[in-house]
Amino acid sequence: MSDVLTPQGPALTAKDFATDQEVRWCPGCGDYSILKQVQTILPQTGIPRENIVIISGIGCSSRFPYYMNTYGMHSIHGRATAIASGLKATRPELSVWIVTGDGDGLSIGGNHTIHLLRRNFNVNILLFNNQIYGLTKGQYSPTSEENKITKSTPMGSIDHPFNPLALALGADATFIARSMDRDPKHLQQMLLHANDHHGTSLLEIYQNCNIFNDGAFEIFTEKSSRQEETLMLEQGKPLIYGANKDKGIVLDGYKPKLVDLNNGHSANDLWIHDDHDFYKAQILTRFFDNPATVGHFPRPFGVFYATERATYEDEMQLQLEEAIAVKGKGNLDALLQGKETWVIE
Amino acid sequence: MSIPTLVVEDVVIKFAGDSGDGMQLTGSQFTNNTALIGNDLSTFPDFPAEIRAPQGTVPGVSGYQLHFSSNRIYTPGDNCDVLVAMNAAALKVNLKTLKPGGIIITDISGFDTKNLRLANYTDGVNPLEDGSLEGYEVHKIDITKLTREALKDIQLGVKEKDRAKNMFVLGFLYWLYNRDLTSTFSFLHDKFGKKADILESNIKALQSGYNYADTVEAFSSRYKVEKAKLPPGKYRSITGNTALTFGLIAAAENSALPLFLGSYPITPASDILHDLSKYKNFGVRTFQAEDEIAAITSAIGAAYGGSLGITTTSGPGMALKTEAMGLAVMLEIPLLIINIQRGGPSTGLPTKTEQSDLLQAYYGRNGECPMPVISASTPSDCFDAVYEAVRIAVQHMTPVIFLSDGYIANGAEPWRYPSSEDLKPIKVNFKKGMAADEGKFMPYQRDENLVRPWAVPGTPGLEHRIGGLEKEDITGNISYDAENHQHMVKVREAKVDMIANHIPLQTLDSGPETGDVLVLGWGSTYGSIKSAVRELQGQGLAVAHAHLRHLRPFPANLGTMLGNYKKILIPEINNGQLIKIIRDKYLVDAVGYNKIKGVPITRTELVTAVKALI
Ligand SMILES: Cc1ncc(C[n+]2csc(CCOP(=O)(O)OP(=O)(O)O)c2C)c(N)n1
Ligand code: SF4
Ligand SMILES: [Mg+2]
Repeated sequence: MSDVLTPQGPALTAKDFATDQEVRWCPGCGDYSILKQVQTILPQTGIPRENIVIISGIGCSSRFPYYMNTYGMHSIHGRATAIASGLKATRPELSVWIVTGDGDGLSIGGNHTIHLLRRNFNVNILLFNNQIYGLTKGQYSPTSEENKITKSTPMGSIDHPFNPLALALGADATFIARSMDRDPKHLQQMLLHANDHHGTSLLEIYQNCNIFNDGAFEIFTEKSSRQEETLMLEQGKPLIYGANKDKGIVLDGYKPKLVDLNNGHSANDLWIHDDHDFYKAQILTRFFDNPATVGHFPRPFGVFYATERATYEDEMQLQLEEAIAVKGKGNLDALLQGKETWVIE
Repeated sequence: MSIPTLVVEDVVIKFAGDSGDGMQLTGSQFTNNTALIGNDLSTFPDFPAEIRAPQGTVPGVSGYQLHFSSNRIYTPGDNCDVLVAMNAAALKVNLKTLKPGGIIITDISGFDTKNLRLANYTDGVNPLEDGSLEGYEVHKIDITKLTREALKDIQLGVKEKDRAKNMFVLGFLYWLYNRDLTSTFSFLHDKFGKKADILESNIKALQSGYNYADTVEAFSSRYKVEKAKLPPGKYRSITGNTALTFGLIAAAENSALPLFLGSYPITPASDILHDLSKYKNFGVRTFQAEDEIAAITSAIGAAYGGSLGITTTSGPGMALKTEAMGLAVMLEIPLLIINIQRGGPSTGLPTKTEQSDLLQAYYGRNGECPMPVISASTPSDCFDAVYEAVRIAVQHMTPVIFLSDGYIANGAEPWRYPSSEDLKPIKVNFKKGMAADEGKFMPYQRDENLVRPWAVPGTPGLEHRIGGLEKEDITGNISYDAENHQHMVKVREAKVDMIANHIPLQTLDSGPETGDVLVLGWGSTYGSIKSAVRELQGQGLAVAHAHLRHLRPFPANLGTMLGNYKKILIPEINNGQLIKIIRDKYLVDAVGYNKIKGVPITRTELVTAVKALI
């Protein structure tokens, strides 16, 4: 930790980001871990507390701002993305974080989410995906798997779920990553990456709702299955996974293939992760199959894709500056008078 | 030879044609020209919702009515003196509003068999030939042919040449009313400067129309309307939506707040988005959102960050914004929600005017959700009224609904424009930080007007959380406490009610302080009511007119004023909305006059309605 004093006083710690409000999530909820990791990384970013704004919609996850000693707004269902857009358009210097759920950000607020991504405001979206509506007590969500039995789907859900990262890429997101509540280190890294990215960062976080959808991500988080079922992406590194690090993925044309490193393949043949490669990222987002199917791909975690594109607020600022350069600063009297006037004596 | 010029006081011209005939442009050019010679004026553009309704048909008729005078006038006129009918359908639709003996100027090419059939005239009937127009002065001109003839040397297709027909008509009328063509020349140069052929064809057509009127001696006299006796000052012509745009920019400048507009296009509000997006050099940020919900919520985000957050829309868009308005009420942040009303419900009548969103503005949200409501009464009044709306929003930390409508949005009138020094600065108090002895920041601590501080992100020491859940007074923490909720509901209402202490008392627009009838209006009925009441006063009747700008809260003296008359008449372009609120609040037996036809109420109708009460 740095021993240089910032103008705000001594360096902040995670504690400085906690509030006096009682945290009201169910005991055991994955949201606790996410809160902790965010409080942990914010001091490392060096951003003064008063310049951080956390905006959420509605849902269990969206209670987040109340527990963060920064500026915050717990808004209305699905609209945090749009509120953040207006704030960022007018206050580009602020560090704006959006906290949203799978229902909040992909169902009622799905439209705003895709538009935010294409506009590329420099904000961070934390998508708490628990594949369920937690706050309304357990209906299926747009990320719930098919045939899910819930209160509103007693015979099983019949809609096909969203693949959030593929959706985000479809909306030309400039940064997409995935992490999980149960891997604090990884989550911290991803949060820091998301913060460093200049443009909209979409970080999907697998979050366990132990009340209404317990174990939804167990296969990716439990010791027994985790190494076989997850693929941890690292920039410049080959795609290797498995308990013995002996499984890999190669690209055969545009088709990914699972290979056995004990069986004729070496690490040199493997697909090397490059998070600047849009086409590879598209394929990676499609590693999304049901872990029950034979020959399925492991689920990737990490930064899938990161690219630079002008942000909306920067472009907006440039237009204002250009308008002033061309027309001069606005003059109210000239505006009111206009071109054609007459005088009555 | 010289044709005598007659001085007349008052003229109403209706330009009517197919929606592709350019009548709106012709009308607005004549209007600008009229403004420049100093007449008082009032306009009423009336056009179909379709960009190109079926050509030649009755639903496809587009009209622009212009009333100009050397006296003060307040309406576009009930009936017209001159009707320009570019085709049979235009004549059919508008003949009923032409005064007996009025002038009809027609393009006979628009009265061929096909056009007559499209306008649903019985086979074989041509109103230009069958003597049915005997009571009028009819000028049958082959405008299409004459325009083509005038443009024969220009390398343009027939279709393009025919587009200049409207300029021929304009030239013709400029001659009739003794006008100078310069203002339209310079307009054409600005508009078509880069397209030499089109520019030339328009200028030629304009001149040919003028010369044609001069040579054919169609009229035995020309007319002239003298400068109006308006209060001294500098004037320009302005439409409601432009005045509103200027009012917003002026308010932003005078409050030193950067302006942010979040909007989604919708008739008749889109022009404000278009206009504001031109003024980036004033630091104006416009954001065309993906829908009305994003439009208002982005404005909430901007307001939270310390900007002047504005959203503009019309009825259907208002419906979409309601949940977010509730959020703004809970957050207690300044926000301006502008509704340029149109005919409803649902998509309704997009290009027609109506005042039918008042109850929505008052009550149309979930929960007890009070918001100030302000309305504009004429095109130029949009400037002052919206300036006032901004003042209330930022000084009382509240979202404000501003109501205009299609009629004033598109209508034009002379405006004695202010200079920036005439405008009162709008004082804004941001909370800048915490004093050493202040302790913890309390976001819902209120001042004597129940107003909470505006504390924007980026201010050290004021970090706090706000949201749509019920909050404890003072601390702003979430609270589900029963007593607190009742208290907060009452506080939010009292805060809006207390605004009545900071707005002017209601005054009479005209008439005696006590009497038989008070005509109480709001919004765009202003001109009709004013003219009707003046006429009745001229007949010695004890009739007064009061017009509300502040609809919520009402001015403190309104109840007393209502008690001073035997009868209260409330004319509205809706099925009776203000009347419900007035009856509820003041227990007076007010009478309504309601017209729901997508057009303004006329003076004549109102005169009759008032007389029926005496
Ligand atoms: C306009 C509106 N519709 C419905 C609701 C009810 N509602 C609140 S949260 C929620 C779903 C939350 O699910 P998600 O976004 O996944 O958040 P989670 O609780 O799972 O974290 C719903 C339907 C609401 N608050 N507002
Ligand atoms: S319902 Fe589920 S998501 Fe909500 S707080 Fe409880 S465990 Fe967490
Ligand atoms: Mg959820």
